Amino acid sequence: MKLDAASPSRSPERAGTDALTREDRALLLRYMLLMRLSEERGLTLYKQGKVPGSFYDGRGQEAICVGAAFTLAPQDRMCILHRDLGAHFVRGVTPDRYLANYMGREGGVTGGKDGNMHFGDRQLGCVGMVSMLPDMAQVAAGMALSFKMRSQPRVAMTFFGEGSTANGQWHEAMNFAGVHRLPVVFVLENNQFAYSTPTDLEFAVDPVQRAKSYGFPGVSVDGNDVEAVFEVARVATDRAREGDGPTLIECHTMRMHGHGAHDDMSYVPDEVLEEWSHRDPIELYARRLAEEHGFGSGEIDEIRESVVAYVDECAERAVASPMPDPAVATDGVFAESWEPLGEGEAPWSRWSAAEAQGESDANGHHAANGHPASNGQQSSLVEHGRAA
Amino acid sequence: MTEMTYLQAISDGLREEMRRDESVFCLGEDIGAFGGAFKVTDGFIDEFGADRVLDAPLAENMIIGASIGAAIEGQKPVAEMQFADFISCGFDQLVNVAGKLHYRQGVSVPMVVRLPSGGGFSGGPFHSQNPEAWFMQSPGLKVVAPATADDAKGLLVSAIRDPNPVCYLEHKGLYRHVKGEVPEGEHTVPLGEARVAREGGELSVIAYGSSVPLALQAADQLDEDIEVIDLRTLNPLDTDAILASVEKTGKVLIAHEATRSCGVGAEVASLISERAFESLDAPVRRLTAPDVPIPFSPPLEHAVLPQIDDMKEACRELIAY
Repeated sequence: MKLDAASPSRSPERAGTDALTREDRALLLRYMLLMRLSEERGLTLYKQGKVPGSFYDGRGQEAICVGAAFTLAPQDRMCILHRDLGAHFVRGVTPDRYLANYMGREGGVTGGKDGNMHFGDRQLGCVGMVSMLPDMAQVAAGMALSFKMRSQPRVAMTFFGEGSTANGQWHEAMNFAGVHRLPVVFVLENNQFAYSTPTDLEFAVDPVQRAKSYGFPGVSVDGNDVEAVFEVARVATDRAREGDGPTLIECHTMRMHGHGAHDDMSYVPDEVLEEWSHRDPIELYARRLAEEHGFGSGEIDEIRESVVAYVDECAERAVASPMPDPAVATDGVFAESWEPLGEGEAPWSRWSAAEAQGESDANGHHAANGHPASNGQQSSLVEHGRAA
Repeated sequence: MTEMTYLQAISDGLREEMRRDESVFCLGEDIGAFGGAFKVTDGFIDEFGADRVLDAPLAENMIIGASIGAAIEGQKPVAEMQFADFISCGFDQLVNVAGKLHYRQGVSVPMVVRLPSGGGFSGGPFHSQNPEAWFMQSPGLKVVAPATADDAKGLLVSAIRDPNPVCYLEHKGLYRHVKGEVPEGEHTVPLGEARVAREGGELSVIAYGSSVPLALQAADQLDEDIEVIDLRTLNPLDTDAILASVEKTGKVLIAHEATRSCGVGAEVASLISERAFESLDAPVRRLTAPDVPIPFSPPLEHAVLPQIDDMKEACRELIAY
């Protein structure tokens, strides 16, 4: 069993990046904290009996979804998976809608039609996952196909775990994306276990090595280093946007909780969890901000406190949201008309800078299309963070 | 109007719609240079280019999955399964992603899956199936099954314009055996509306696809006052048309080539018993294939698929009831 993801050879992108401003870095920390604290609140609600079914989180994997999603422009698309709550937040979903979704409330992203992490806000350019994995890799490839057909400099990004790489649909998606050099970024979260099955029973060859056989690059990165993930994702999204095709990014990490709240993880040796607990992505990043980027301890505490307060406020709203009217249970099976997805928020300073300069080369026509939050949903954490 | 075969009408409808709307594109196995296993897209690659007549790898889930993604973004994919049977390999994407996206998230998926279906030519168990009931069991999918050249074109165009995933069953046995007058240029037939294929007062034969010409042939040969209803769309079913015919004739034979249990016939029979029980003068009967795989050898296949004599006998028995 290979559980030593800390090995330097697996972390070639540990070096920092010049693409982030100080404010960007504060946001990366905020989004990771927002994911951690929202999930902790969700788990509490589950234990209080307010969450039907089970509860699934991505504890320990916050750097992956936040770092990868942070690279995206407003008109890019995402299919987000169940360990990637931070990506929803980056795109503009607020924690109250996430928590309400878990509780089956009217105010949830799906209004009670689907539960837990099976959501995607179409107004924010996201298509929610299904339980069959990795089905969304094909849907993302299909969105990328449409961008290519229209010669639009846009990118589709999706996530899957290493468990998904054993499924035939994974091969179909990789192969198709390779054949057509589609502008799609596949983020593979190798969190060591597919539910309880360790990687040595999942595959004989590390899946990132298979990328080459599909005709595009595969890159391994330390999944607990948010800037490292950001940097490889930045390169991958730029490649895709420039017409150079897909990238497979394998992020090495560890799932620090069970598959769901019902799973006590008795199959994971204690020492493994102990080892990984010293590599917590949020603590590592907070330390790095202090040591390398001049963040004062007061500043970091302030970020933490503002996120705590924001999650409290969101949780109150979620709990206050009513249950859906049973009459809607049979509504909406068929569409009356096609409507385009909306744009996601794009908090990375590159996009606001591009917009300010009226540039249209980097992210196509959408740079002139208004603010990322122009879909009517006010930027959540960004606004909150700046106000705090 | 031009006389054309059912196959030419499908081609014509697809070509017209691709000319009219740049977002319409085809993808499937061997549909490009080869023009498709049945030549529906013959010559398309020359007119529309390889980007809009996309030869796909042998990966049915990917064909459906790519169609879903492209459809969400406003393209209008027309995916071809080389044979309807192969939708089993793309079933996950179809029923779990395409069929449920609007209900779960309000995301509409305007796509068509063309499904060459049906037996009668020794295609054997994997090239002869009529899988329509699979789709009817899966919420969020519309299902159409034309029986005439006119409807083959008109329903395909409507399916392409519909904002939902539509399973379009084109019966291979009708491809070159059914001919008819088809409107040139733009032609649509609304989804969800059945058609009275033959007026009559004594017995209603409710059919679709290959069973429609079979029923018409039987009615003519028997020279009886038989009404033939061509369902055309299986989901949503035209319940008004079904009930109106039952109320008029009081006797019903439901005919389809697909296997019997939990099929379209079972659904229609149940609808009639719930909504038109008091109009009935005889038990509702079904003429279908039995619940077996479609065998290869001609006498075996002949024994399994409903034949003209079976249709005539079933009609005679009901009229005499």
